Amino acid sequence: MALKIVKGSIDRMFDKNLQDLVRGIRNHKEDEAKYISTCIDEIKQELKQDNIAVKANAVCKLTYLQMLGYDVSWAAFNIVEVMSSSKFTYKRIGYLAASQCFHESTDVIMLTTNQIRKDLSSPNQYDTGVALTGLSCFVTPDLARDLANDIMTLMSHTKPYIRKKAVLIMYKVFLKYPESLRPAFPRLKEKLEDPDPGVQSAAVNVICELARRNPKNYLSLAPLFFKLMTSSTNNWVLIKIIKLFGALTPLEPRLGKKLIEPLTNLIHSTSAMSLLYECVNTVIAVLISLSSGMPNHSASIQLCVQKLRILIEDSDQNLKYLGLLAMSKILKTHPKSVQSHKDLILQCLDDKDESIRLRALDLLYGMVSKKNLMEIVKKLMLHVDKAEGTTYRDELLTKIIDICSQSNYQYITNFEWYISILVELTRLEGTRHGHLIASQMLDVAIRVKAIRAFAVAQMATLLDNAHLLTGNMQRNGICEVSYAAAWICGEFSEHLENPMQTLEAMLRPKVATLPGHIQAVYVQNAAKLFATVLKSQEGNTDSTAAQETSQLMIERLPLFVQSANLEVQERASCILQLVKYIQKLQQKDVEVAEEVSALFAGELNPVAPKAQKKVPVPEGLDLDAWINEPPSESESEDEQPKAIFTKEETKHSRPRHIEVDEKELARRREARKQEQANNPFYIKASPSSQKVYQDTPGVEHIPVVQIDLSVPLKVPGLPMSDQYVKLEEERRQKERAEKKKKEKKKRKEKRSGRGKKHDSGPESEEDITPAHMVDIVTEEMPENALPSDDDDKDPNDPHKALDIDLDNLGEMAGRRPLADSEKLPVRSHRAVEAAKSPGEDGDAETVATQQPKKKSGKDKRDDKKKDKDKERKKSKDEKKKKKHKHEEKEEDLLRGEVHEPVVQSEGISQVAELPTSTSAEVSDLDFWLSNAPVPSNTQEAATVAAAEAPVAEVVSGAAQDSEPDEPKDTEMEETKSSKHKKKKQKKEKEEKEKKKKKRHHHHHRHSDGGGEESVQNGTVEEEEPLPSMSNYCLLAENSYIKMVYDIQGNLQDGSQVVVSVIFENKCDSFLKSMEFNVLDSLNSKLQRPEGSGPHDGLTVPFQLPPGVSNEARFVFTVQSIVMPQKLKGTLTFIVKNEESSTHEKLDFKLHFTCTSYLITTPCYSDAYAKLLESGDLKGSSLKLEGVNMPFHHLLARICFHHHFSVVERIDSCSSMYSRSIQGHHVCLLVKSSGQTVSIDAKCDEPTMLGNVLDEIKQTFSQC
Amino acid sequence: MIKAILIFNNHGKPRLSKFYEHYSEDTEQQIIRETFHLVSKRDENVCNFLEGGMLIGGSDYKLIYRHYATLYFVFCVDSSESELGILDLIQVFVETLDKCFENVCELDLIFHVDKVHNILAEMVMGGMVLETNMNEIIMQVDAQNKMEKSEVSWTPPVPCMCMT
Repeated sequence: MALKIVKGSIDRMFDKNLQDLVRGIRNHKEDEAKYISTCIDEIKQELKQDNIAVKANAVCKLTYLQMLGYDVSWAAFNIVEVMSSSKFTYKRIGYLAASQCFHESTDVIMLTTNQIRKDLSSPNQYDTGVALTGLSCFVTPDLARDLANDIMTLMSHTKPYIRKKAVLIMYKVFLKYPESLRPAFPRLKEKLEDPDPGVQSAAVNVICELARRNPKNYLSLAPLFFKLMTSSTNNWVLIKIIKLFGALTPLEPRLGKKLIEPLTNLIHSTSAMSLLYECVNTVIAVLISLSSGMPNHSASIQLCVQKLRILIEDSDQNLKYLGLLAMSKILKTHPKSVQSHKDLILQCLDDKDESIRLRALDLLYGMVSKKNLMEIVKKLMLHVDKAEGTTYRDELLTKIIDICSQSNYQYITNFEWYISILVELTRLEGTRHGHLIASQMLDVAIRVKAIRAFAVAQMATLLDNAHLLTGNMQRNGICEVSYAAAWICGEFSEHLENPMQTLEAMLRPKVATLPGHIQAVYVQNAAKLFATVLKSQEGNTDSTAAQETSQLMIERLPLFVQSANLEVQERASCILQLVKYIQKLQQKDVEVAEEVSALFAGELNPVAPKAQKKVPVPEGLDLDAWINEPPSESESEDEQPKAIFTKEETKHSRPRHIEVDEKELARRREARKQEQANNPFYIKASPSSQKVYQDTPGVEHIPVVQIDLSVPLKVPGLPMSDQYVKLEEERRQKERAEKKKKEKKKRKEKRSGRGKKHDSGPESEEDITPAHMVDIVTEEMPENALPSDDDDKDPNDPHKALDIDLDNLGEMAGRRPLADSEKLPVRSHRAVEAAKSPGEDGDAETVATQQPKKKSGKDKRDDKKKDKDKERKKSKDEKKKKKHKHEEKEEDLLRGEVHEPVVQSEGISQVAELPTSTSAEVSDLDFWLSNAPVPSNTQEAATVAAAEAPVAEVVSGAAQDSEPDEPKDTEMEETKSSKHKKKKQKKEKEEKEKKKKKRHHHHHRHSDGGGEESVQNGTVEEEEPLPSMSNYCLLAENSYIKMVYDIQGNLQDGSQVVVSVIFENKCDSFLKSMEFNVLDSLNSKLQRPEGSGPHDGLTVPFQLPPGVSNEARFVFTVQSIVMPQKLKGTLTFIVKNEESSTHEKLDFKLHFTCTSYLITTPCYSDAYAKLLESGDLKGSSLKLEGVNMPFHHLLARICFHHHFSVVERIDSCSSMYSRSIQGHHVCLLVKSSGQTVSIDAKCDEPTMLGNVLDEIKQTFSQC
Repeated sequence: MIKAILIFNNHGKPRLSKFYEHYSEDTEQQIIRETFHLVSKRDENVCNFLEGGMLIGGSDYKLIYRHYATLYFVFCVDSSESELGILDLIQVFVETLDKCFENVCELDLIFHVDKVHNILAEMVMGGMVLETNMNEIIMQVDAQNKMEKSEVSWTPPVPCMCMT
């Protein structure tokens, strides 16, 4: 035995080490593979030996060979052996090899769990470090689950070296084992303030990675990051934080406002380009999130653009590249500021660096205008010719098409030019984008009617051109173009000059070499052409020519009948038989042309690509329901999706209405334009009748005008002026000025249209107006289609699993108690803990998280002690004490109430703290944010807050009332722990609490009213911000639960209203089995699921842990909506705490006001005027005295509480509109003078109007 | 996140490859070859960022590289990393190598790829930047090397102890 070992160690001297191996490989350049295979044999021998040093050496060599591409997974077990060596040297070799070649499907990995755990708890920090590093590369879900707890303990290790590695690896653990995120998060968050900058940086790193994928869960950390940003000097950390803010700010515009100033300061002060660049980037993100209505930020945009210009002009290509990259982000929202640097960007197109050219190409998209489109495209075409690589050329090709086709061909003034560009592009060899060109050709030919003749001519030449049909074209996809060509020639064959020639070209034998789907189009369109040809020939009374044509068809078609492609074969044989029959008729001198062309009669309309998907399911049609009885019981599971479907339907119903409406409006507008375009008098409308108004500033700010500009190739629709004489002067002035402008354009257009002959060259650069009167047909969509729902979410994103709500975890662990199942599993070999139940363990974590610094101090003392159990026990005692202290402090800070000592190791003790702390956490953020020194943030604040928990909103609303200089203090207080200040904050909090009680409404804003109102309410920046508002009013309340509700109509179904109820658990116990029941009246009924009786309650689909609130929606059917109604109801629920559970009930009265049947519907002034003129409406009026609020507040209140939208507003007079779910129009004219407000109202249903007015009156009597 | 770190020479011979996501050996070699192709045909005075690697990443990923004498240092990163920051990191990496190997050259990397890995492990862990401070990195690397040396000098006694 001993001899063997000695022999082994002597042998080792002759073993090759890594250096020898490398040297050997270098010396065997000719037969490297052979040499390596002998080496691998040697390695296999070495691995068989017992000596660990030999094994480690072999593994080390294998690692090198792995890099060269050799599969070494066969040695996985030996690698594990080396990993488990007690010596650091070998261990490191083993872990390195493992990190290079282990992966999830390596089966020996499961053998490593205990070894890794041992190494993690090794007294030698480098053993631990090496294990962590290795594990970070090959962690599997199993390893993550088994080791999560050990790693979490290491996050509080005494050595920062271990701490930072442990923190960093947690990200990998989260990815593989998402359940660990919640239990570990508090500690991770704590590490953000670790005294060691490396650990801090690691924590920032991990949270940034997490937040990048699921930003909304990390919003509450914003204040903490903000503090870090303003205090840290580490550029790495700063960059990460600033990047993180870039991801957070779209979710929270107020955050953006807060950020602008410090970021601008950083931009001015930093010398690090990397930091400067990231600052600029985030400022851009902020500006994008604020997007409009922030006039004072134009300075920031200017600053960004300026800095970027400096970067782009820099000789350093890297900066140039990044500058362009960031520029393209600004382009999306502030194209004007970028356009002024057009020169610079065009210059970059000529850069020798492809990366830079590509970036400049991206920017071009926003640079084009009608004026310079042709010029720019010409330049790009030159590049296309010069480009060597196909990738760059393809990129150019797609860019050209993108630029030209953007916003409905907005910038194309000459479609003949565009068609010729497309034809030129077909000459590109080897492009992958034949399909793209083809679809553009089709699109243009179909949608631009005026261009068809030209397009058909071009396509005919294209078909004639044999170069397209040569063999090598098939591979590169350019042959797709002939698909388009054949279709266009066939469909619009009436425009063909020489249809016979084209027909012949389409039936050439070479066509049979094209891909099947193209051949099929050829055959089909040959038939169309045939029809056209017949028609023209029969007209000439030349029967022989017609017969010859048929003969040609009969001769050529059999080639396609033999095609292997089914589609081709079927079409060809069909058409062949048809032609044969026609020939027979022809021989009898029967006129057939009419009938043949009838086969292909009718116009094809363009259909939007998503149209099919968006056809709404008709009322009463359930696609998932069985038509017949299901065949067997066993398939009852299939019913599941049905329930989901209907549920979804009600959920999304509200936003849908608006969209539908907008769609409708758009269509109406479209129709109007059509009408005007066809009106011969319209163009001639004499300019003399138009007064000249000099003052036309701010024309762009009228929303209506902006919308109209979106279809610029047509003369933007102007409402016919005689229809709304009643409308006020100011608005009309603007419109006339606008009209005048267009008129001028129009005249110019006509002139140029006449004078121009079509030319494909770019000579027409200066010609801004279309050469043809072009009518771009919009793509058809089904009625009631939903515009772009986001269907592009990747369902396979691994980060989806990490979308875990962390907010209620807060600063202290387990605000939402970590359920037992959520606790990290602990291995049983720690017998002591395991015996004490998982709850104990989870608590230990909690405790540890709260004591990072102190614990580390203590650990230093105990470091040398080997007896772990003892140490643990001791530390636990210590922690226990500290925990109490700590929590008391925390309580103090949060609500200043007397706090009972918390019973340890019980989830429920933490539960007790839930109610206030959760709200405080969120409200802290809100409070922090609401201090942003920007006026008019209420609007946004409200919208944002709507997304958050309702409880928080109250506080945020209150926060706005607090003194303006307080904020800075509180911001610091949150993070610093100065006792004095805490008290101050506490007072504030109490104040807030009081206010919260006073006003019982939450300023929930709904996605439907919100956007519309902010435009239409006319709340201009300079006006003071609106007070917060909420439509949620108290339904019922007792000591356990509080319910607030809001009622919204369902436009789609005139007999439905949706009642949203927020249930808030006010007690310390769990509320479950909630059942919501209402006593139906004749008029209003609660919709119950099929199969339940008319008196059954509805189960609320969630349970409420203490302090939590959640919203449920109930659908009611109503018949008449002209009268308000009250429905009695009961909520029953079970209150469950540790000892007992009791049944409780709460009665309530649901009040269906008439207002709740109204739906915010935007209305354009012309339609509004028509409506009033129609005389169908009955009037009523109302006078309010002593209304003491600014007019815009008044309007906002009416809009918000009563679902109206502002149609027009002049000074202190405004017209408003709303529509009921059953289609009643309600029009208001609100006038205010002093404290008196008079409301004249009209509605087609007088009873309803009376009730609505009463309700409005009541709203204002309350304030 | 950093997806991969590659070092190869002017001829495309890999000198170090570290993938933070698993690929088969063949794919790894393909990635190295492709990356080499993309990087090597670029002029010296163009920017150090590159998009369009087919095998690795996707639209969110970028290649960020630096070329030193005979070696290319390439980092494949996603959009959460700062481009300029990574360039700085490569610089730190090279300077650290320079300190640890005393005037590093390609040969050092050829013969001591394990050491390079060890140094890299102190900078980047599991695709995330661990440490950017060169002194700290060198300190940790030295400490570990010292430990290794103490073990090596301790090695011979092992068989002797067994004999007794």
